[in-house]
Amino acid sequence: MSDSALHAIGWALARDIRVALRSKGELGVQLLFYVIVVSLFPLATSPSRELLATLGPGVLWTTALLASLLSLSRLFASDFHDGTLEQIALSPRPLAALVSGKMAAHWLTTGLPVVVMAPLLGAQYALDVPVLATLTLSLLLGTPILSLLGAVGAALTLGARGGGSLLALLVLPLYAPVLIFGAGAVDAVRSGLSAAPHLSLLGAGLLLALVAVPFAVAAAVRIALD
Amino acid sequence: MAVNDVLEARALAARRGFATLFVDVAFSLQSGEALVVTGPNGSGKTTLLRIVAGLTAPASGEVRWRGEPTRPFDPRLRDVVALNGHWPALKDELTAEENLDAWTALTGQRAARDAIAVALDDVALSRQRRLPVRVLSQGQRRRIGLARLALAKRTLWILDEPLTALDNEAAGMLGDLLDVHLARGGVCVAASHQPLPIGAARTQTLALSS
Repeated sequence: MSDSALHAIGWALARDIRVALRSKGELGVQLLFYVIVVSLFPLATSPSRELLATLGPGVLWTTALLASLLSLSRLFASDFHDGTLEQIALSPRPLAALVSGKMAAHWLTTGLPVVVMAPLLGAQYALDVPVLATLTLSLLLGTPILSLLGAVGAALTLGARGGGSLLALLVLPLYAPVLIFGAGAVDAVRSGLSAAPHLSLLGAGLLLALVAVPFAVAAAVRIALD
Repeated sequence: MAVNDVLEARALAARRGFATLFVDVAFSLQSGEALVVTGPNGSGKTTLLRIVAGLTAPASGEVRWRGEPTRPFDPRLRDVVALNGHWPALKDELTAEENLDAWTALTGQRAARDAIAVALDDVALSRQRRLPVRVLSQGQRRRIGLARLALAKRTLWILDEPLTALDNEAAGMLGDLLDVHLARGGVCVAASHQPLPIGAARTQTLALSS
């Protein structure tokens, strides 16, 4: 990777994190949404340990999907509306690297908090330590994929009317494989099997997305600016 | 084509959806010249500017930079162009100083803190430089855009309605900046309803009709 690309990633990462930290309210809303929705399920179903332990991994994973979706519409839209995106696209730096930095910032500010909260929230579902550890690991591998795939959708729906709901329709089906392997890893451990195959597939998916998505997003951004 | 033409447009046409905005637009600019694009609302001024900047592909025709045809997002254009568009491209959450610091870093010519302070002082915003842009007025945001032009050291300036929201004092600042820029051999393409505050000798006018 060239020096210019690394600079570009660092530039976009630092700038987006700085902007995100100045608007803490929006970050808080997304995390609170995650905490509240996860906590609603034990209230709505029975408090039986057996049932909660069965539901838990799926609930935590599905809610992580929805929380990721909640913050996606912001990823490019605010830059698009205030003219920043066209300046970024016109800068001499590689656009794929710039959007990579933005996606990394998105994961650090929205995905990572979800991963960190997962073991605490999982305790509500009577999950034991090995299950919680697998859950956290699967989220650690899976949430970056959510940010990456979501970024493709966010870039494609830029400038579209009703972009927010369109984004959900576009992105949620793409999220399904991540959900299947993520929640599958946790289920495997609960039934005494190894989580390694699921986690390896998630890891492979992450690597693939890391390589391919920046170019797809850069192309989508250019189309949106045209 | 004269040898020293820097920016040249040949037979440009633009379409938005099914509507044809303009056809057969041509101009050529030499070092130190400015082009003022005029025309009623909706005549395609902004589209023409975006085509020249390399953001939009023309329906037909081509833009040449130093004799070579360019394509959208051409790296050669991205090295020279400074665009001040409809939106000031400022982050509300960051201060004026941080915004300018970020922009100069992005274009690879990171300016020293002093240079940024001087540029903000030149547009009479030194007292507001630590305030988040959120609290600044439209005109003040436009002034930050002027400071960015001064810092960016680009050859090709593309200005969309540069006089919007500027008071007389700031319009004078824009004139001074343009004079320096053109004297250095830069070129400028601007869409404007009012005459730009620069010497008329270096200005060409292109009128688009609706």
